Amino acid sequence: MDGFPILSLMMAVPMAGAIACLYAGASQARLIALVATLVDLALGVILWINFDQSAGAAQWQFQEYAPIFGRFAWALGIDGIALVLIALTVFLMPICIGASWLAIEKRVGEYMAAFLFMEVLMIGVFTAQDLYLFYIMFEAGLIPMYLIIGIWGGADRIYASYKFFLYTLLGSVLMLIAMMWMVHEAGTTDIPTLMAYHFDPKIQTWLFLAFFASFAVKMPMWPVHTWLPDAHVQAPTAGSVILAGVLLKMGGYGFIRFSLPMFPEASAQLAPLVWGLSMVAVVYTSLVALVQSDMKKLIAYSSVAHMAIVTVGLFAFNQAGIEGAMMVMLGHGLVSGALFLCVGVIYDRLHTREIARYGGLSINMPKYAVLFLLFTMASVGLPGTSNFVGEFLSLMGIYQASSWVALVCTTGIILGAAYMLYLYRRIAYGEQKNADAAAMPDLSGREMWLLAPIAAAVLWMGVYPESFLSPMRSDIRALEARIASAAPAGDSRIKMGAVVPAAEAHHTEEATAHGEAH
Amino acid sequence: MIDSASLLAVLPELILTAGGLILMLIAAYGGDATARVVNWLSVLTLAVAGVALSCSLAHGPLAFDGLVRADAFSVFAKALIYAAAAGAILLAPRYFIVGGALRPEYPVLILFSSIGMGMMVSAGDMLTLYVGLEMQSLAAYVLASFMRQDERSSEAGLKYFVLGSLASGILLYGTALLYGFTGSTSFDGIAVALGDGVGKGELFGLVFVLAGLAFKISAVPFHMWTPDVYEGAPTPVTTFFASAPKVAAMGLTVRVAIEALGPAGLDWQQIVIFVALASILFGAVAAIGQSNIKRLMAYSSINNVGFALIGLATGTPAGVAATMSYMAIYVVMTIGAFACILQMRDAQGRPVETIASLAGLSRSRKGLAAALAIFMFSMAGIPPLFGFWAKFLVFDAAVAAGLTALAAFGIAASVIGAFYYLKIIKTMYFDEPAEAYEARGGAVENIILTACAAVIVFGYLLNPALDKASAAAAASLF
Repeated sequence: MDGFPILSLMMAVPMAGAIACLYAGASQARLIALVATLVDLALGVILWINFDQSAGAAQWQFQEYAPIFGRFAWALGIDGIALVLIALTVFLMPICIGASWLAIEKRVGEYMAAFLFMEVLMIGVFTAQDLYLFYIMFEAGLIPMYLIIGIWGGADRIYASYKFFLYTLLGSVLMLIAMMWMVHEAGTTDIPTLMAYHFDPKIQTWLFLAFFASFAVKMPMWPVHTWLPDAHVQAPTAGSVILAGVLLKMGGYGFIRFSLPMFPEASAQLAPLVWGLSMVAVVYTSLVALVQSDMKKLIAYSSVAHMAIVTVGLFAFNQAGIEGAMMVMLGHGLVSGALFLCVGVIYDRLHTREIARYGGLSINMPKYAVLFLLFTMASVGLPGTSNFVGEFLSLMGIYQASSWVALVCTTGIILGAAYMLYLYRRIAYGEQKNADAAAMPDLSGREMWLLAPIAAAVLWMGVYPESFLSPMRSDIRALEARIASAAPAGDSRIKMGAVVPAAEAHHTEEATAHGEAH
Repeated sequence: MIDSASLLAVLPELILTAGGLILMLIAAYGGDATARVVNWLSVLTLAVAGVALSCSLAHGPLAFDGLVRADAFSVFAKALIYAAAAGAILLAPRYFIVGGALRPEYPVLILFSSIGMGMMVSAGDMLTLYVGLEMQSLAAYVLASFMRQDERSSEAGLKYFVLGSLASGILLYGTALLYGFTGSTSFDGIAVALGDGVGKGELFGLVFVLAGLAFKISAVPFHMWTPDVYEGAPTPVTTFFASAPKVAAMGLTVRVAIEALGPAGLDWQQIVIFVALASILFGAVAAIGQSNIKRLMAYSSINNVGFALIGLATGTPAGVAATMSYMAIYVVMTIGAFACILQMRDAQGRPVETIASLAGLSRSRKGLAAALAIFMFSMAGIPPLFGFWAKFLVFDAAVAAGLTALAAFGIAASVIGAFYYLKIIKTMYFDEPAEAYEARGGAVENIILTACAAVIVFGYLLNPALDKASAAAAASLF
């Protein structure tokens, strides 16, 4: 694979597809989009296989560099963290196209073009190794998403599209100013170099806040999360999937790629702020989710709560927390995507997202009920599913930093179980009180093809998370080493017991028991 | 003393003068029938003058004992001005045919205006500055009222004339004060006199000069004429006003601020910062309520001038280079956007100006809607379009010069501006279709449109060239 520009190719394929879609008819556009995303998925698999995970491997692989833009360069490259997020992106994209196969009837070519362009930008965000190139990719995502929500969205789509656009734009522009400052200070736009550059801790605070403004909105963290429920509710199904599945992860990726390694002191100093906002988010948005009557809104609020677990894990300053945060991001990307697809499936049949209009679907839609149950359980964080691994690691990580934060955030898991099970009960169980809902047919073959791969991935991640953790491990270890000097002292004061040989331990126990008996 | 080197330095102006006079004679004797020929010949004249720019640098920057300068800065600005003027001429005929005003005087007046603009950006003396400015303005007043049977057009011309004369008066008064207190009208002489500290009288002169120039670039608080004139003037004339004279006036402002008033940098810096921020904010807020696209473009131009001024406010070579790059990208966006606006014609071919009429354009005229959307996103400064890079450059210069707070405030205010650009995209893409426009655009319009859109989409590849040219232009001022 040496020297072959596979990352550029992964962006060129959907770009070419997008242009082709603009000129194609409806059915051709669907086919072009599916082929382009599947080719990208295949490239993603090749990328994963060729990614060197051995101990002595270079941190940055598949690097490309072309200084064609004057002040910044077309610089690409990935580490394990970017790799898994790219894998998530290319995995979800064909599913999004499939989910839009029948649901989108008007202006299909433009729709598919917008989605493919979105894929280009998402891969660009995760692969960019130049600060300004990253910003351009990060910001440009607003354009296709604005159009997707605004043209193909629900009744209140215009308000939602404006809110999404202006909210995230305002968050990001201050980050740009901070980037300019950093580039003038460090004299380079190269992200790996900047990750090792030591900025003055006083300035770090300002820089951190500027980046925080952007990533907190994107993530989204309480209290700047209000754009998300609106955007989710109004967006078409596939739009919600990509929004929850990948776009929110850009915020977490930003924290892990920029905030933590570039401003370790400021991160430590402001960690209590992040913890505080996350604690509020976990409890508050879970409670809000509990009272929603709109399915999509409920899942949107649950996303905010899950993302708060991510931020908590990231700002735990230890390997367990950061690994957990990454796993929650991956798991949530799959599960929330799948949940939005589940909503989409019944929305396509009844054209309402009102929870009360459904009921007893396990009777007439048994296959649907099984898969929906699986994703509900995964969202709750049942052991054996993807989210359990991530949530457990995150909370374990934060416990070392602050036991109070861990305590509050764990209640979020319980509340999560409450709202998800309550949602599932109202939709799938109980009597079939609505005749039209009772008459809905079960999953079609196409819908099975959308949900089954996600279900497989969710179980895989839950049963054998090592496949996903191993590419990231050395990068996370490097990050931990980078921020170790600034890490706040934990309050749990965990003392690791000295390792004692088993026989001796047995002897000691016996002796103690013996002593007590006396 | 007139020597050959001096004449060579003003070769582009000489070509334009000769060409303009000959074309005027053709127009006078041939009548309206010659309109199309004169149109093309005037574009040719501009092209020849553009080629002659390369000769003008041959003999050092100073000509006519310092009255005129031919340096990299003036070449950069003139190249932009000639291109914008040519665009305004090429886009015009279809509009004027419908209005019954296809006359050969239009391109001739633009040529005369271009001579004035060329003098403005290569002025080395307050007197050259004034003569150039008036030459540009006189032609512009006539152009604004070019559709003389149209009430709005005549009104626009009159308004522009009255307010423009006032601004010229203010500028002249400032020049007089500066001359009185520094004893010189040449930029170098003024700079030398200001070098030993800025006196009260000099400060007054500086303020009046800047006020007069702020009027010409339509910066807040001297912007009042802009929306009315832009709305009333025939659309091709508005295209011209929004592009070439803006570059000329901005180039002039930069040259005066750096070359003549350079030693008083700290005094004018605060004025420029205020004017820049006020323009950004006012341009953005006032545009929100507009329903006429030309008025909206007027406020948009006020907004853009504010961003360009941020580069000047730094007072550094990088800042000046950023301002000039901003103007270059702005001109492309403006010409492109107006090439779209000029295609807003109803089924009978009559021009339409309401934003509401754009509703659902993405379904009736896909390409046109996509192009206008590209220009609007670009003006809003959304990457990956080139308009983002324009804003990036000025803010980067501000951050490099230590004006981080100014940059942060300015960029946050740009989000307000994004709202009204989004409104146009929303109207075109989200709304139900209104009455359809004429089914096809003119060939020339479409070529210009496509060319501008291509620059906006692939502009980043031009970065190295643009950086080099603007840096050379800025370096020649310091």
